[in-house]
Amino acid sequence: MNVHQEIAAVKSPPPLSPEVASESRRPRPAPGQEAPAIQPKLTVEHLNAWYGQNHALHDVNLVVPPRSVTAAIGPSGCGKSTFLRCLNRMHELIPGARAEGTLRIDGKDLLGRDVDPVTLRRRVGMVFQRPNPFPTMSIRDNVAAGLKLNRVPGDHAEIVERTLRQAALWDEVKDRLGASALSLSGGQQQRLCIARALAVQPEVLLMDEPASALDPIATAKIEDLIHELKERYTIVIVTHNMQQAGRVSDQTAFFYMGDLVEVGPTEKIFTNPSEKRTEDYVTGKFG
Amino acid sequence: MTPATHTDKVYEAELAQLRDRLLAMGGSVEAAMAGSVRALTERDTALAEKVIAGDRDVNRAEVEIDEMCRRLLALRQPAASDLRFITTALKVVTDLERMGDLAVNVAERALDLSQSPPSKPFHDLNELADLSGAQLDKALDAFVEKDARKAEEVIAGDDMLDALYHRLFNDLLAYMMEDSRVIRRATSILFAAKQLERFGDHATNVAEMVVYMVRGTDVRHPGSRAGEGESKP
Repeated sequence: MNVHQEIAAVKSPPPLSPEVASESRRPRPAPGQEAPAIQPKLTVEHLNAWYGQNHALHDVNLVVPPRSVTAAIGPSGCGKSTFLRCLNRMHELIPGARAEGTLRIDGKDLLGRDVDPVTLRRRVGMVFQRPNPFPTMSIRDNVAAGLKLNRVPGDHAEIVERTLRQAALWDEVKDRLGASALSLSGGQQQRLCIARALAVQPEVLLMDEPASALDPIATAKIEDLIHELKERYTIVIVTHNMQQAGRVSDQTAFFYMGDLVEVGPTEKIFTNPSEKRTEDYVTGKFG
Repeated sequence: MTPATHTDKVYEAELAQLRDRLLAMGGSVEAAMAGSVRALTERDTALAEKVIAGDRDVNRAEVEIDEMCRRLLALRQPAASDLRFITTALKVVTDLERMGDLAVNVAERALDLSQSPPSKPFHDLNELADLSGAQLDKALDAFVEKDARKAEEVIAGDDMLDALYHRLFNDLLAYMMEDSRVIRRATSILFAAKQLERFGDHATNVAEMVVYMVRGTDVRHPGSRAGEGESKP
């Protein structure tokens, strides 16, 4: 997704999704996932997604506890990115794409017709694979962009500083907030994008392979940041890097060919998964 | 639907090599203990010397297998059953090395006993040797075949080994009480029997690790993991 698409995603509400699945269908926990003891932050029930005729996600059920990190892993085309995009209705920006099912934050449905996707995206922020700061804007304006678009009143300078601190970038940029965002390194740009997502105070942060374009040191900084951010936010991260999933996440969800095959505590998925397909994937026996 | 082998053939070969190396080491240790017991009962000093010299190879195998495991952990970041296999190998190799030392202890008793007049035969000693060897053999089979049930049979079989040892202990005690001149010889035999009993304990350790490797559940020391309550010693 390029910058223009992203701005469009924030600005204009895309077409609404079809009717949600029938209320009478009871959700079942995904394989390996026990009923949570605490109130989940995100509840996904019977989520199905299509690109035209292609049924990309099959009846996904998943709960995400608050202030935790959930990693979605799986081979290319398994549906993990589609899953992530559905969580803040980014998939609706793709022509022919649609989704059905229930997505609740704190128990409130977010895929219904009456829900404004812009409101949803304020609550569910997204960070993309390649750092995509607005190229013509300064560092300060990049962080404040979401605030301006959402006409957030108050002292933006204070919010900019707070979010840059949260994104562990403040000390590196505090003396050059007016400089172009493109003057930053790739890793810094990615943390700037995280700050931009945090500025509108989301509750859930979605990350689509946030470190795949970064070197190991910048990657370590992002991973360290994820550990800090989960004190306040609920994070869902898609990653191709299984060691990264192991390092940053509390629970791991394995997707394969549009199915959520297994979800469970990360330690279990990587030491003793229940499903053979998960075992084959994490031990490198695919393809 | 999915192939049983790793996509990366070099990795697959490295894991196979580790398994084969560990099996070969297990075979050497088994042969060493069998040799020691035969040296003791047949008063064969040359065989005892051979076992003692052969321990160098067992020690070398331990170092090499450790190194293979460390390399795999560092370079391959193994997960799931591969991770359990490699951590099992790391632990099993320590037991096997120790079992090699126990065989050397018995060989040294054989040399010592060859200096004294023959004592009366103790059939239980041979039985103890056969049984402890069979325990290791079975544990290694379970390891290769990834057979947790077979490993559990090994764990259950240790009681028989212990019972046999205690019977032999009592026999030797009675032998010594009858005739104080045999105390030195009988003590050496008792020492050898203790080594065989310990050999069986290590075979049980190997079997316990095999259960973990196959099922991912730790069957050692019930109650000693977090949240399970008090452990019994």
